[in-house]
Amino acid sequence: MKHVLNEIESKFEMFQILNEKGEIVNEEHVPDLSDEQLRELMRRMVYTRVLDQRSIALNRQGRLGFYAPTAGQEASQIASHFALEKEDFILPGYRDIPQLIWHGLPLYKAFLYSRGHYHGNQMDGVQALHPQIIIGAQYIQAVGVAMGMKLRGKKSVAVTYTGDGGTSQGDFYEGLNFAGVYNVPAIFFVQNNFFAISVPREMQSKAKTLAQKAVAAGIEGFQVDGMDPLAVYAITKHARERAINGEGPSLIETITYRYGPHTMAGDDPTRYRTEDLDNEWEKRDPLIRFRIYLKNKGLWTDEEEEAVIEQAKEDIREAIKQADNTPKQKVSELIEFMFEELPPTLQEQLEEYKRKESN
Amino acid sequence: MAQMTMIQAITDALRIELERDENVLVFGEDVGKNGGVFRATDGLQKQFGEHRVFDTPLAESAIGGLAIGLALQGFRPVPEIQFFGFLFEVMDSIAGQMSRMRYRTGNTEQAPITIRSPFGGGVQTPEMHADSLEGLMAQTPGVKVVIPSTPYDAKGLLISAIRDNDPVIFLEHMKLYRSFRQEVPEGEYTIELGKADVKREGKDVTIIAYGAMVHSSLKAAEELEKQNISAEVIDLRTVSPLDVETIINSVKKTNRAVVVQEAQRQAGVAANVVAEIQERAILHLEAPVLRVTAPDTVYPFAAVENEWLPDAKDIVAKVLEVIHF
Ligand SMILES: Cc1ncc(C[n+]2csc(CCOP(=O)(O)OP(=O)(O)O)c2C)c(N)n1
Repeated sequence: MKHVLNEIESKFEMFQILNEKGEIVNEEHVPDLSDEQLRELMRRMVYTRVLDQRSIALNRQGRLGFYAPTAGQEASQIASHFALEKEDFILPGYRDIPQLIWHGLPLYKAFLYSRGHYHGNQMDGVQALHPQIIIGAQYIQAVGVAMGMKLRGKKSVAVTYTGDGGTSQGDFYEGLNFAGVYNVPAIFFVQNNFFAISVPREMQSKAKTLAQKAVAAGIEGFQVDGMDPLAVYAITKHARERAINGEGPSLIETITYRYGPHTMAGDDPTRYRTEDLDNEWEKRDPLIRFRIYLKNKGLWTDEEEEAVIEQAKEDIREAIKQADNTPKQKVSELIEFMFEELPPTLQEQLEEYKRKESN
Repeated sequence: MAQMTMIQAITDALRIELERDENVLVFGEDVGKNGGVFRATDGLQKQFGEHRVFDTPLAESAIGGLAIGLALQGFRPVPEIQFFGFLFEVMDSIAGQMSRMRYRTGNTEQAPITIRSPFGGGVQTPEMHADSLEGLMAQTPGVKVVIPSTPYDAKGLLISAIRDNDPVIFLEHMKLYRSFRQEVPEGEYTIELGKADVKREGKDVTIIAYGAMVHSSLKAAEELEKQNISAEVIDLRTVSPLDVETIINSVKKTNRAVVVQEAQRQAGVAANVVAEIQERAILHLEAPVLRVTAPDTVYPFAAVENEWLPDAKDIVAKVLEVIHF
C-alpha cells in the first residue's frame, strides 16, 4: 500500500522571504517593489496598527461598537491587499476592516459599521462587500463574483478572507470546489492565527496545513509566513497573475497571530492562551522585521514613523467626528430597505413607525 | 436555595444532567476550556472531562449531524449553537433530519437531542447574533421549542428538555442571562414541557408572552393597574407545542387578549396563538385579539435595535386598544 498523505503534506512548506530578524532568506523571490512602494507598505502597516490601538480604546470608551482586533495580522491583511488592484472585488470577514479601508472605504464608514449603522455597509463604489458575519459564507459568494468577472471578460479577481476556524465550514470546501470546477479568477485567504475564539487550530483539522485543502479541490495552495509582508505580497501577486491569466484559483494560508482578544465583547484570551505563546509571536511581529529591513536599506526613519502615527491619529479623530455627525438611522428607513416596492402590510408598518418617530 | 442568574441556572442544570446520566454529552464551539462565549458551560469540561464536554470544529451543520449520529448510538446530546442567528447553518440537521427521525423510522429510532442557543435582542451584538427565529422552529413539526423567562424555569425546563426523548430547541434570551437573580433550588427538579405559566392573575385582559417579553408584559400590567385595568399575564414557556388550555381558560375569563412577541409580525408564534383563540373562544371575545410585535424587517442594525424592539409602552397601548374597543 502506498501512503500519499505524508508525501503531499511534506510539499506544503511555509514560504518566507524576510525572516524575523529582518533578513532576506529567499533572494530569488524578493518581489519587485520600488523604494516608494516599500515605504508605502510600511506606512500602511504602521497606520493600521495605530487604527487598531485607537479602535480598541474607542470601544472601551463606548464610542465604537463591535470590533475585532487586528494587531499581529498586518502583513497578512495589508501586504495581501497591496498586491491587489482597485478593480478587484473583496469579500472580507469581520476582522478584515483594514483591507476595506485600503481598498477605499472611508474611515468614518468603518466606524459606523462598528456602531451598527447601515451607512457603514454602503460601499459607495468601492469594489467590496461589507464584512461577512456568517463564517464561510463569503467563500462561496466569492466564486460567484469571480465567475461573473470571467463571464464579463474582466481582468480582475475576487478575493476573500476567512480564519483557521472558517476552514471547517461546509461553505469553505464548497467554495474551493466550485472555484476549481469553473476555473474562476479567485483568491482565497485563510488567515491562520491559530485560534478560533478559544478553539485551537489542531481542533479544526487533522491536516498538517490548511493550505493542502486546495489539493482535494484541484486548485493551487500555498502556505506563507503571514508575519512576513514580502512573502505575503509575493504569493498574492503570483496568485493574482495566475488568476488573471486563466490559470485558476488559489488558496493561501497565512501563518499569523492576533495579539488582542477575539473581539472587544468580553473575550478573555488568558482562558485559552499562555503569555509565553503571546510573547513568542510578538517576536515575529511584521512591523519589527519590516522596519529593520527598511532601515537597513536607508528607506525608513523614526521621524517618518512618528509622522505616520500622528497622521493616523488625526485621521481617526476626524473620522470619529464625521461618524458622530452622521444622522441617526430610523426604523422607518430600514423598513423601506426591505423591498424595491413595499407591500401594503409593510406600507402600513412604515406609516406607524413614522408616526412614532415624529412624536 | 441559592440566588442564581439564568446563566448560572443553566450551568447548574447541565451539571446535574451530566452527573446523573453518562449518556449526556455537551459540545459546540468554545464550550470546552472557554466555557462558552456566555460561560454557560463554565467549569464543565474540567469536571466531566473532554469526552463528555468538548469543543467542535467551527461548523454548525456538523454539530447538528454529529448529534444525530450520537443519538443513534444511544447518547443524549446537548449541543450548543453559539448564537441562534446561525440556525440557518444547522437548519437541515434540525428541520430536515432530527425532527423526522421518529416518524421516518416508523417510530423505531428517536433523537433525544437538546439544542441550546442564545437568541433575542437588545444587547448590541453584530449582525446575525441577535434574532428571534423561534417562529421557524415552531413551524417545524417534530421539534419542541422551549423558551424560559426566569432562572427557576430555565433550570427545570432544561432538565426536562434533556430527559425528553424528542428533539428540543432550547432558546435562551441573551438579555435575561444576567439581568436578574432568583431563588433556585439546589438539586434536580423538572418543569413539564408544553405548560404555560400564569405569571400574574387578572380579570380584564390576558397578555400572552414568552422570553424577555414576559418581563415587559409584567411591567405593562403594573402600569395598567394604575389605570384600574387588571391584566393577567401568561408566560408560554414552550412555544411549540402550545399550551392551548391555559390560554383559552384565561381568555374565557378576561374576554380580551393581546399577544406579545419580540419577533417580527409575519407568520410568527403570536399569529398561531391568535388563531387558536379565535377558533376556540371567539364567542367569549369582546374585542379582536391584537398583537405586539417588531416590524417585518430584517433584525435591525445595532444602533437602532432599541427603537425596533417592542416594549412595555407598546404593550400598554395595545391593551388600551382592546379595552376600549
Ligand atoms: C456561522 C458562524 N458560526 C459561528 C460564528 C461565531 N464566531 C465568530 S468568530 C468565530 C471564530 C472564528 O475563528 P477564525 O475563523 O479562526 O477567525 P478569526 O476570528 O481567528 O479571525 C466564531 C465561532 C459566526 N460568526 N458564524
